[in-house]
Amino acid sequence: MAVVTFMSHDGEQHEAPLEEGSSLMQVATNNAIPGIDADCGGEAACGTCHVIVDPAWADKVGRSGTEEEEMLSMNPERQPTSRLSCQVKVCESWDGLTVQLPEFQM
Amino acid sequence: MSSERAVVVGASHAGVQLVTSLRQEGWSGDIVLVGDESALPYQRPPLSKAYLAGKCSLKELAIRSEDFYVKQDVERVTASVQEIDRSAGELVLGTGDRLSYDALALCTGAHPRRLRAEGADLDGVHYLRRSSDVERIREDAIPGRNAVIVGGGYIGLETAASLRSSGLHVTVLEAADRVLERVTAPEVSAFFTRIHQEEGVDVRTNASVEALVGDTRLREVVLASGESVRADFVIVGIGIEPTTELAEAAGLAVDDGILIDAHARTSDPDIVAAGDCTSQDIPRYGRRIRLESVPSAVEQAKVAAATICGKDKEVAALPWFWSDQYDLKLQIAGLNTGYDDIVVSGAPTRDRDFTCYYLRKGEPIAADCVNRPRDFMTTKRMLTQGTAVDMAALTAEVAV
Ligand SMILES: Cc1cc2nc3c(=O)[nH]c(=O)nc-3n(C[C@H](O)[C@H](O)[C@H](O)COP(=O)(O)OP(=O)(O)OC[C@H]3O[C@@H](n4cnc5c(N)ncnc54)[C@H](O)[C@@H]3O)c2cc1C
Ligand code: FES
Repeated sequence: MAVVTFMSHDGEQHEAPLEEGSSLMQVATNNAIPGIDADCGGEAACGTCHVIVDPAWADKVGRSGTEEEEMLSMNPERQPTSRLSCQVKVCESWDGLTVQLPEFQM
Repeated sequence: MSSERAVVVGASHAGVQLVTSLRQEGWSGDIVLVGDESALPYQRPPLSKAYLAGKCSLKELAIRSEDFYVKQDVERVTASVQEIDRSAGELVLGTGDRLSYDALALCTGAHPRRLRAEGADLDGVHYLRRSSDVERIREDAIPGRNAVIVGGGYIGLETAASLRSSGLHVTVLEAADRVLERVTAPEVSAFFTRIHQEEGVDVRTNASVEALVGDTRLREVVLASGESVRADFVIVGIGIEPTTELAEAAGLAVDDGILIDAHARTSDPDIVAAGDCTSQDIPRYGRRIRLESVPSAVEQAKVAAATICGKDKEVAALPWFWSDQYDLKLQIAGLNTGYDDIVVSGAPTRDRDFTCYYLRKGEPIAADCVNRPRDFMTTKRMLTQGTAVDMAALTAEVAV
């Protein structure tokens, strides 16, 4: 099965199966991945599902939309490939995807 | 010796986070999640928003997938807990079964405050807290019909927006002299009133309900002023009360919520509680507060799980909230209790985006941000980190 790896700030790795049609946030919460809070349940309202996509995957995964951009813009941990994981619909063809988690979700 | 068992009562935002965090914190014993709603635990906020508007299914609202509970080895039990037998360390379920626990968490949430008025038990009078409530409302919510919302709080206004967008005639009755009176500045109330009026909602303030009138089914709502409003159905949204009977009967300290400390412990240090059912001293605001929000339920649940696992965590996150109405996304950072001044950025009497900052003794303590996610994130971050908020910089940026 296709898997995604979530890398915590201190290098801990957690794998989770990629379920087509789910959001990357749902993949994380459904697998109890620590470090994704997802307070708003995927409404792009809280900013607590921030991930930094491995630059090699950035084109496949896609870039942030305008609203997402506003939510991320003031974030000091923000990287060029930052996304709100609730706004990313995953594909089973993304086997091997790696995303980094920020130190703080807020 | 058999493995230890943690039991969580109430399977919603707090309960589900609690079982998640228990595993993340290393709880290796059994986990049982007992809830009296039979559906897979679902997100409540969309009930008055996308779910009421028929834009999503209950399945899409699941807080965690079915699979999650299997993988995390969490046993879900659908039952109502009738009693906590503290001396035996057992729960008595509605089925008559007893369930023993080594660690206990109460996440019993809240229920709607009932409308006290003649006729309040007629057919067609609804409350909105559970998915089953929405399913009943949806049967009544046929385009062209007259819906009357009692209560101009967030839930009432969201409900009004969803029903209006679905093509119903909607009247909002608010007993106070403005909507959102308890929670926002007059400028923000005026903004939401304007928007609802522009969308075609009849917003009436100083309107308290005297009686609901009909034969078996509701026909009209009579106000204290003597006026009456035609109503095919009514949705009452006049606030919630914490569900604390179980805790009270077990002798735990309760005062408008189950009292918990910074570690989410109740007055019995072996029992924790989290979510809408709790009331807690919040040092940031210097008083005891019962918060009614998902972020707070999640935060308290994480701390409660850590406490069960013998770890030292304290509730610290900044309270925040959101509300969706029409194309408006309201995001609120912090609590405005005790504010003595406001600064408004934008033109709330004209536009559909603005921010209202709340200040106390010159220091920003909260912000209501409408369609201004950037302001929200900035304020949330500054208030969380306790760094001085530079009001001039905040408002100047917007004035560009
Ligand atoms: C329509 C609506 C819109 C909302 N919108 C927002 C929003 O936009 N943003 C936001 O942050 N919050 C919102 N909220 C509030 C949010 O849903 C609550 O803060 C949150 O659900 C609290 O979670 P909880 O787990 O503490 O309690 P609850 O969600 O109330 O869940 C408690 C559960 O415990 C069960 N239970 C109680 N007693 C027992 C017992 N004895 N035995 C077994 N089970 C029991 C109940 O049936 C229930 O399933 C909204 C709420 C509603 C109703
Ligand atoms: S879950 Fe809240 S922004 Fe993604």
